[in-house]
Amino acid sequence: MNLFLDALAWLTDPERVTGPNPLAERIGEHLWYTVLALVVSALIAVPLGYLIGHTGKGRQLAVLGSGAARALPSLGLLTIFTLIVGVGNAQVAAIAVFVILGVPSILAGAYAGVEAVDRSVVDAARAMGMTETQILFRVEAPLGLPLLLGGLRSAALQIIATAVLAAYVGLGGLGIYIQRGISLRTYDEMLGGAILIVLLALIVDALFAIAERVARRAIGSAPSRGRPRSERPEPLSTDRQSTLEEIR
Amino acid sequence: MIEFRGVGKRFADGTDAVIDFSLVMPSHRVTVLVGSSGSGKTTILRMINRMVDATVGTVEIDGEDVATLEPVQLRRRIGYVMQSGGLLPHRRVLDNITTVPRLNGMGRAEADERGLSLMDTVGLDRTLARRYPHQLSGGQQQRVGVARGLAVDPNILLMDEPFGAVDPIVRADLQAELLRLQRDIGKTVVFVTHDIDEAFLLGDQVVILSTGGVIAQQGTPAEILANPASDFVADFVGADRGRRALRVVEQDGRRVVVDGDGRAAGVLTDDPAAR
Repeated sequence: MNLFLDALAWLTDPERVTGPNPLAERIGEHLWYTVLALVVSALIAVPLGYLIGHTGKGRQLAVLGSGAARALPSLGLLTIFTLIVGVGNAQVAAIAVFVILGVPSILAGAYAGVEAVDRSVVDAARAMGMTETQILFRVEAPLGLPLLLGGLRSAALQIIATAVLAAYVGLGGLGIYIQRGISLRTYDEMLGGAILIVLLALIVDALFAIAERVARRAIGSAPSRGRPRSERPEPLSTDRQSTLEEIR
Repeated sequence: MIEFRGVGKRFADGTDAVIDFSLVMPSHRVTVLVGSSGSGKTTILRMINRMVDATVGTVEIDGEDVATLEPVQLRRRIGYVMQSGGLLPHRRVLDNITTVPRLNGMGRAEADERGLSLMDTVGLDRTLARRYPHQLSGGQQQRVGVARGLAVDPNILLMDEPFGAVDPIVRADLQAELLRLQRDIGKTVVFVTHDIDEAFLLGDQVVILSTGGVIAQQGTPAEILANPASDFVADFVGADRGRRALRVVEQDGRRVVVDGDGRAAGVLTDDPAAR
């Protein structure tokens, strides 16, 4: 309990604004790394995920690759990358590590979102005369947006949590308080930093939750209430099933 | 006119959905393909707009081999109505209806005007234009599907069990509406169903299919009823069960028509206006 009070006292100390290591600057760095890594991850994972989701090919590879990427220890990876690119380019190494962390979730969100779109809707879009690109961008992408946002959300949280490591290669961020706290045994500082990271994560999580809600509204999908029996489509007849398989 | 010449379809897994199918579907008439599942009726329908490509034979629209036409352009000039609507859930009713005209480059104002008048045509209240599909009943969704199929004023309208997912009362309503509509617009309609009653109600030409797209019999409903070509057809149309063998019974001075099981089917009248 005392430690918490100490941490709160540390957080509210005017030193946090005027002294060395001001909070605003460290929070800014932390967010900057998060946003940068998230954007780069998305640039890689979204197109790839859409391709996998639309064509139905390469899913197995994506699952395997994602599993492997998730299993990599971030701290070890950061150390190796920094040694490779040199301490002067530590930021590149750090972003690369965070991207490796962020890609799997976003990739899964992107292809799961596309795959989750009702096949009869896609079939109708194609039968109307939409090109494959139009189907992807006007049907599958908007309808898959909530799941994609879910992927971005979990990627963002993982990156925020892991961006603590930036401090270990001299890049600052909120991890610096934890690193200092451990080495200087200033536990109020360490806990204060940890609380900030948790708060940041909660705020970002809440923002994504709102975005997901808005997206679900915007695509007009009803909250999944059961429809009356008579309105439900009958199971596909076999000849139709085979034609659907043919299309894929 | 749509003409199938010796058309066959073998799927990648080696199954033959359709074997040597030949048929002429006349312009401005309703051709109904009826059969149980596995009869290849949907596959045949989908060969017209190249959602499925024939492995052998040719499909021609007004003498033009569809295999030589670009699929996207071909589909945009053919209306397609499918079971349970296939509406885009993230687009409002009006935007669903105007999808293809907009893809073809029609301006929003013009497309919306056309969409609204199509809502009138299919009997949808214009106030529903801003709703999302899930806010509509099954029957209303199906009407939106029909309006969307008609949006580019196509010569050909393909309907794949369009009323299969709605309850019998709504279905009867939609069938009557389609008949009325067809009297006004006279499209070349190809309609797929497994319901023989629906086929006889809607079809100018009814084609009964057995497994593999083999034509068991084709003709007008009256021709098929009068002279079922085989036991298969007789069984399919229900003639052998006495369902369609009607006879007249005098009851309180009126002539009541009853079926083979003795159930009353209606009253016989001489007045041609009464229907």
